[in-house]
Order: sequence, then structure tokens, then C-alpha cells
Amino acid sequence: MIGIVVFALLWLVGIGFFGWNVMKVRNNILLGREIDRSDRKSDRWKTMILVAFGQKKMFTRPIPALLHLCIYAAFVITQIELIEILADGLSGGHRLFHESLGGFYTFMISFIEILSVLAFIATVIFLSRRNLLKVPRLVKSEMNGWPKLDANLILFAEITLICFIFMMNGADEVLYNAGQSHAEGQGSFGFAISSWLGPVLFGDMGIESLHVIERIGWWGHLAIVLGFLNYLPYSKHFHIVLAFPNTFYSNLEKKGRFTNMESVTKEVKLMMDPNADPYAAPAEGEDAEPQRFGAKDVTDLTWKNLLDAYTCTECGRCTSSCPANQTGKLLSPRKIMMDTRDRLVEVGENKRKHGKEHEDGKSLFDYISEEEIWACTSCNACVQECPVNIDPLSIIVDLRRYLVMEESKVPAELAGMLTNIENNGAPWQFAAADRLNWKDEN
Amino acid sequence: MSTTLKVPTMAEMMAQGETPEVLFWVGCSGSFDDRAKKITKAVVKILNACDVKFAVLGTEESCTGDPAKRAGNEFTFQMQAMMNIEVLNAYEIKKIVTACPHCFNTLKNEYPELGGNYEVIHHTQLIQDLINTGKLALKGGESFKGKKITFHDPCYLGRANDVYEAPRAAMEKLDAELVEMKRCRTNGLCCGAGGAQMFKEAEKGDKEVNVERTEDALETGAGIIATGCPFCNTMMTDGVKNFNKEAEIKVMDVAELISEAADL
Repeated sequence: MIGIVVFALLWLVGIGFFGWNVMKVRNNILLGREIDRSDRKSDRWKTMILVAFGQKKMFTRPIPALLHLCIYAAFVITQIELIEILADGLSGGHRLFHESLGGFYTFMISFIEILSVLAFIATVIFLSRRNLLKVPRLVKSEMNGWPKLDANLILFAEITLICFIFMMNGADEVLYNAGQSHAEGQGSFGFAISSWLGPVLFGDMGIESLHVIERIGWWGHLAIVLGFLNYLPYSKHFHIVLAFPNTFYSNLEKKGRFTNMESVTKEVKLMMDPNADPYAAPAEGEDAEPQRFGAKDVTDLTWKNLLDAYTCTECGRCTSSCPANQTGKLLSPRKIMMDTRDRLVEVGENKRKHGKEHEDGKSLFDYISEEEIWACTSCNACVQECPVNIDPLSIIVDLRRYLVMEESKVPAELAGMLTNIENNGAPWQFAAADRLNWKDEN
Repeated sequence: MSTTLKVPTMAEMMAQGETPEVLFWVGCSGSFDDRAKKITKAVVKILNACDVKFAVLGTEESCTGDPAKRAGNEFTFQMQAMMNIEVLNAYEIKKIVTACPHCFNTLKNEYPELGGNYEVIHHTQLIQDLINTGKLALKGGESFKGKKITFHDPCYLGRANDVYEAPRAAMEKLDAELVEMKRCRTNGLCCGAGGAQMFKEAEKGDKEVNVERTEDALETGAGIIATGCPFCNTMMTDGVKNFNKEAEIKVMDVAELISEAADL
């Protein structure tokens, strides 16, 4: 009875705390500016199914994609076993589905076990890619400290979880062989891995010890799942949830199309209209308070930019494909996403502690330098590469817009280019009258 | 074969009460840059040879505003865009072809929201179409048989607008050996000019992007690096010079290759 109460409490606390953190993240994301991504529903579902569920873009790099698929599949399928754990825990039963599902049960658990072994191998390889092989994109400077620890913690948690699964099933197999399991009957469960791994590991143990190991596995499994769930909102690993909404709300336009700034359109139309009254009051219902041009802080970015930041799992494919980064420039698209998230968490905390209007005098520019922003060639390689359709380029452009239009901070050569366009309609100092001279030149 | 180019302006056409099938948007680079002007002429030769009824805006054309927009100056961009749209709409332009992927992208994707709605194609798409419909025959000119050509995907044509096949399909008719760089199509590496980088020195780093990209091209052993963008052309040409290979390796636009093969 105590077991059932502890079990139910663990779930309540686990789910409750996770829910509370999810709401915090949601509120943070909604600090962003409005952007309409409610159109083309069927295209959105298709994108989500292909890119998030089907991991289409992962497979541009087949080896990590395959390893990742093993862990992903194991993770998704293992949740079925969690349903049984939930049912057993609340009823005080043991392997409730064993009898009712019969052969299908054996098949399901065997399937989970095989995937778990594959996931175990993949996790070990992932650990060595990070810590021994030091794959360049996984050890860049922005990964130092917490990001590196975060990645390793996740991988260790996965290994631990898999160990718990085999403790649980392996010990129970030996117990079942001896007719001592809490499950009805005697013989072999016939699970693909633990029916032989169990006897090998635990074969000569006493019944009591076996029950203890089985329980450690069972409770451990539960503890890791709930612990992991609550770790997500603090970690890069949140992508396992957010990859789905993030791909659903993808930019479906051509990548070359930058957003149109409507606030600018209004002003330019006013400038070009000879009959416009520059002193006219804004029309009824119009936004009287002018918005900042571009982005100085995370609250000037769109909610999709902010969702992107929470979705980023810091794989670094963007950075490894970035021409600026490859040639030693400071820019790393991954760092742009990590900085955006860090700053957003800070702004969100401030607003919760000190009220909605609180300003801490800092901005996104305390995290991202101008040098990084001006190194971008807007080539869209980062956007193309991201396996979950994150768009670092749109953040870079909005930061440029702020620097140029609010602060008039433009690299000198670009200032010259802009003046040329304004004066003579070309980025170089050529007269518009000479535009057709090429026709008669040799 | 050398004939005078027929380059009617929209103003002239209008005066004669005529409307062109397509407007050829030359772009700043194509109008003023000495290297790019040759690409412009190659496009005109092809248009002339195929009797495509086209016109240019001439002195009425102005920068699309692309580099201003990429540099974050939306004001300058929109001023340019609205002025151009006024001109284009006044001439009732329906279809535009351009040899610059940056103009292509801006006209196609960023003008509609400001009131400029046109069918915009890149010159390699037009060339592919002219070849497919039998209007353009590649004979009598320079033979590229057996030569190695590698195509550098301009970012604003490829990733930005998903046009990968048109330039390749056009060059397939050259009978040359088309070789791909290790990074091509969606994986293509930028030449380093995009995002207004063309107009400034690169940030501090350990290498220039165009040098990195030229290495990809050199690895293929191709004698010709083909591009479809005047800025890529400049960057790749500089990259080839960096390796002192300008005697062996030529950087050419797809339009130039086609016009040479067709002896225009």
C-alpha cells in the first residue's frame, strides 16, 4: 500500500513540476513578437511528420543519423513499457499485461530490449565522439562548461536507464524461471535479451536479492524517466519535445525571402506620397507606440525565434556548415541560438522576480558581438542544415537591423555602399545615366 | 560571329506601342562591373539569337535594394523597391529575367509584399527553356567536348530559391564533362560575397571564404568553373588568382558558355 502511495506521489510531483516549468518556458517564448504561422496547415503537418518524426534532415550525415535513430526509436518504444509500469504501480500488480497480451507481450518487450541494446551501443559511441574522438563540431569553444556537461549527463542518464531496464527484466526472468516472480506462472518470459542475459548476470543469486534487484530496476526506471522529464526544460535535450512544434511552425517560404518590415513600409509610403500629412495623428486602432526597428533584445525577436532557441540541441551542424565559421571568423550560428536562449531565460527570470516592466540594462548584445553579426554571408547553410528547422539567420538579420536603423552602427564600407544606393541607385559610385553604356562598349 | 547587339529599352518599346515578352533586369553588377558586363552581353546575344522579344529598363533601372536589405537597412531597401515597382508597374511588366541571383531573389520574393508581382526567372532557367524548346541550338561554336566543367551553386539561386537543376541541365548540352565539387547543391559552400559581404572586407579570420571555395573547385580538376552569379564570378576569379591558376582555369557564367558553344 505504501508503495502505491509513494508511486502516485512521485508521478504527481514529477508531472506537476514539469508542467510548471513548461508553463515558464511557454511564457518566455510568448515574450517574443507576433508572427503569423497559422496558415497552410497541411504543409505544416507534412513538414513536422517528415522532419521531426521522420528525421529526414538528420540523414544528410548518415552515421550520426543512424545512431540517433537507435536512441530515438528506443526512447519512443520504451514508453510502452512505461504504461505497464504505471498500471502496475497504481494497482499494486506485477506485469499486468503479461497474461492478457500473451505472445504479443513477449514480442513487445523483446522489441524494446533489442532497441535498448542498440541505443546502449549508440550512446557509448556518442560519448566517445564527444569525449575521445572529439568530433570538431562537438568541442567548439561555445560548448565549454555547462553545454558539455549537459550533453554528457544526458548520455549517462540514457545508459543508466537501459541498465535499469535489464536489471528489472533480467532479475524477473530468473525469478520466473524459479516460479518466484510476482507474475503468474513459471518458465521463461522469452524476452529476446533478458531471457539469456538475466541468467548470465543474476543466475546464481538468491531469491531475495533477485527481488531487490528487480525492484531497483523498476523504481530506477521510473525515477530516471521522471527525473529526465524534469531535467528537460533546463537542458538542450528539450528538443525531444520541441522539435515537433518547431518544425510545425517552420518558415514555409523560400529561404531567400527576408521578412518585410511593415513599420518601415508605412514610413516609406508616407515619404513617397506628396499628399501625405506628416503631422497626421495615427488612425483609430493603429499602433500608436512605434516598435523598435530590428532586435536589441530577445523580446524584439519573434516567438518563433525564441521557440527555435529552446529547441536547439546544440548539435552544431549549422556551425560546421557556416562559411564564416569554417574560415576562422567569430560567428557560430549555434552560439547565436545558445545566447538567445540564455538571455531569454535571464529576461524571463527577471520579469518573474521584479515584474513585467523590469529592465536590467542588458541586452542580447551583451551576449552576441557585432563582429559575429557582420561576419554572416546570409548563405542559408545553417538554416538548410538544421535537422529541426531552426533559423539562426533571421536573428542575425534582426540584430543587424537594430544596429543599422536604431544605432547607425554600420561598418564604414557598408555605409559607403548604402550612400551610393541612396544617391545613385547602385552600390558603387556610378551614375544612373551610365547604366546602359555597356551596350555600346566593346 | 559578331553582330551588333539589339537592346531595346522599355521606353523605346512603349513609344512604338509594343510590349516585350520579358524584361531583362540587368542589375548593377551587370551594368557597371567590367567582368559582369560580358555576362550581360552573352545573355543579350542569346536573347537576340532566339528572337526573344525583350527590353531593358536602361537608365530607369535602379538597384533592387538587395545589399541594403541584407545589411539591415530596410529603409533604403524599401525606398529602392518602391521606386522600382512604380517603374515596373507603370510599364505593366509581367515577366522578368535576370542574370543576378540576388536581383532574382529580391524581385521574386521580396517585391510582392510591396506591390510588385511578376513572374521572375533566372537566366539559366530561360536558357534551359530555349534549349528544350529547340529555339537555341548549340552548334558551330567552341566545342567543350571532353572538357571538365564544375558548377558553383550561388546561394541565392540554390538554397535560397531551390534552383539547382536549370544551370546543370543547360550545361549538359555542352557535351562537356560536368563534375561536382564535394560540396554542391544544398551543401554548396558560399563564395563569401552574400549578405552585403561583397562591399566590405571580411571579419578577422584565418582564411578567405572564396579561397576555401576555390579549393573545392580545384580538387575537381575542372578547367572551367561555371557560375550563375556576377558576385560569385568575382569571388571565384579572385580565388583562382590566389592560387596563380588563372592561366589554366577560367571562371565563366553559364550564359557565356552557352553563347560560345552556339557561336553567338
